[in-house]
Amino acid sequence: MRRTLFDNLISRPVTIDAPPASDAALAELASKVDAAARRRLGRSLSIREVDAGSCNGCELEIHALNNAVYDLERFGIRFVASPRHADVLLVTGPVTANMREALERTYAATPGPKWVVAVGDCARDGGLFAGSYACVGGVSAAVPVDLHIAGCPPTPLALLEGLLALLQQAAGR
Amino acid sequence: MADASSLSHLLAGGAAVEGHRPWPRVALDEVGWRRLRAALDGAEWALLSLWGEVGTVHLALRDEASGEIAVASLEAAQGRYPSIGAVRPAAIRLERAAHDLYGLVPVGLDDERPWLDHGRWPGRPAARPYEFLPVEGEGIHQIAVGPVHAGIIEPGHFRFHANGEAVVRLEQRLGYVHKGTQALMAGAPLERAARLAGRVSGDSTVAYALAFARAAEAAAGVEAPARAHWLRALMAELERLANHFGDIGAICNDASFGLMHAHCGILREEVLRASAAVFGHRLMMDCIVPGGVAVDIDAGGVARLGTLADQLARRFPRLVELYDKTTSLQDRTVTSGIVSAELARRFGAGGFVGRASGRAFDARRAAPYPPYDALAFDVPVLHEGDVNARVWIRIREVEQSLKLIHQLLPGLPDGPERIEVPARTGEGMALVEGFRGDVLMWLRLSDDGRVLRCHPRDPSWFQWPLLEAAIEGNIVADFPLCNKSFNCSYSGHDL
Repeated sequence: MRRTLFDNLISRPVTIDAPPASDAALAELASKVDAAARRRLGRSLSIREVDAGSCNGCELEIHALNNAVYDLERFGIRFVASPRHADVLLVTGPVTANMREALERTYAATPGPKWVVAVGDCARDGGLFAGSYACVGGVSAAVPVDLHIAGCPPTPLALLEGLLALLQQAAGR
Repeated sequence: MADASSLSHLLAGGAAVEGHRPWPRVALDEVGWRRLRAALDGAEWALLSLWGEVGTVHLALRDEASGEIAVASLEAAQGRYPSIGAVRPAAIRLERAAHDLYGLVPVGLDDERPWLDHGRWPGRPAARPYEFLPVEGEGIHQIAVGPVHAGIIEPGHFRFHANGEAVVRLEQRLGYVHKGTQALMAGAPLERAARLAGRVSGDSTVAYALAFARAAEAAAGVEAPARAHWLRALMAELERLANHFGDIGAICNDASFGLMHAHCGILREEVLRASAAVFGHRLMMDCIVPGGVAVDIDAGGVARLGTLADQLARRFPRLVELYDKTTSLQDRTVTSGIVSAELARRFGAGGFVGRASGRAFDARRAAPYPPYDALAFDVPVLHEGDVNARVWIRIREVEQSLKLIHQLLPGLPDGPERIEVPARTGEGMALVEGFRGDVLMWLRLSDDGRVLRCHPRDPSWFQWPLLEAAIEGNIVADFPLCNKSFNCSYSGHDL
């Protein structure tokens, strides 16, 4: 224990430098974040994650955002336990028929202004599961989506770039 | 000569199905099925899986004494068959799922509620309200949790009945992430079905891709090249390491010990980064394919993974010491969430859940496949069955995985890493040890290279029910800790 603490005194931080905000995400967001929302949110976002049918691969990488390497909280972005505390819903999965109502109710419980970020290839259009009787087929089939982050699953870096773009838009810069 | 009560003896009366590999499949008539069921009541046979297709039910068993594995099939007249769940509770949820998906009625099963079908699929009647099992007594209250949980986890519903802080009963309601994967696989070309298999449970994508590839190769009657076997094992051990690091940290985090979580998180991240650098994907999705592996590695990759294993072997013991010497942490994990050895055995629970409760089953040893038959490793087993034991099994398995990687890297055979899988009719089954336990894959191929039917069975099927038992009598506040020590897959179970 003491050795571990001592090592940390003399080693470099494990946290990576901030990546630039994703250009693609900035372009998608440009028209969607209005000035009123910017004033109210400033440079801080609270995220509620909703798994609407993912294989849990996306969840693993979203989890990684909280580890010491990516350390999402240093940007003022944090995950919250209730949609009532959230500004952003981060939704994964092809939206199963069995999760659709839960997703809609979570969206309804989130106070405005709010954004929905669809994470992963399934969340865009159902991905590999498109056409299944058990899937609605993409998050936008259930709730309006403001930003898509692609990947199967997206890397933590891709998630970070997308969320930083959202933060930049929200802060009006 | 098999004795009269052995699995092979009971199946001897049935008709062996041609082209089912590597274990036999036997078609029974209803009399034979009933005899098998009667024997199953007391026999030391583990249920490996139960699944359906239109008009037929299949049952995979393993004789725990002899190690024999076999599949028994019954043509279900009018879609009805004598229930196995009635004598072997581990089959209950599988039978409810087979009813929802293939219309097969288990005759004699008390629980007639749907399982995966929530009444929301097109063309299906709307569901009646789901009735949870009743609890009677003074001062009992209900706590309903989910499907959307507070953390970044998969969706499912937990219904607690509690008396004050003590949990009287937990009942799970799953199926929220049912994606219709088996229906999508039916008729799909081999390559697409393999990608679907790799997304049954993302955290076990390597194990699923491996199980699918092995089942497909068995069905087609081909063997992957030696180099592929070794590279597959390398990926499987990296996946095991990454998940065990994540789990050990997350369990400690649920006992409010964030330091372990932070350090384990860094180790996990390093495994994923090395995997991305060497195999091109952090979780190694789609890297294992029928016929071999999609990515070969060069000397640089071998060196990179060698350095990773050396560093992990140097740094991990300090975290083990930290866990072992932190009494506030042990105070939470020791004696919490106990699974009895009897239950683990009856349910045929695999992985750390089974091995922390005395069931020494590891597919790499019990139904060995290459290259593990040529490698030295231990299968750690404990008997306490509590959260602490499940942590220690993971710790010991991290050590064993590192030992395996140190054998795999210098021993990588030369030669091709992939062969063509010919389009050929056949049926194949595979049992593969993922980080969570044994993944079973059964499939039937057509002569034009398509998958006609594929059944993946996640280890969670036999672990979820034990979580219900483990939490009984514990306090509600210890549920997240117990749950994390199981870390069952929702997606792997719901499919």
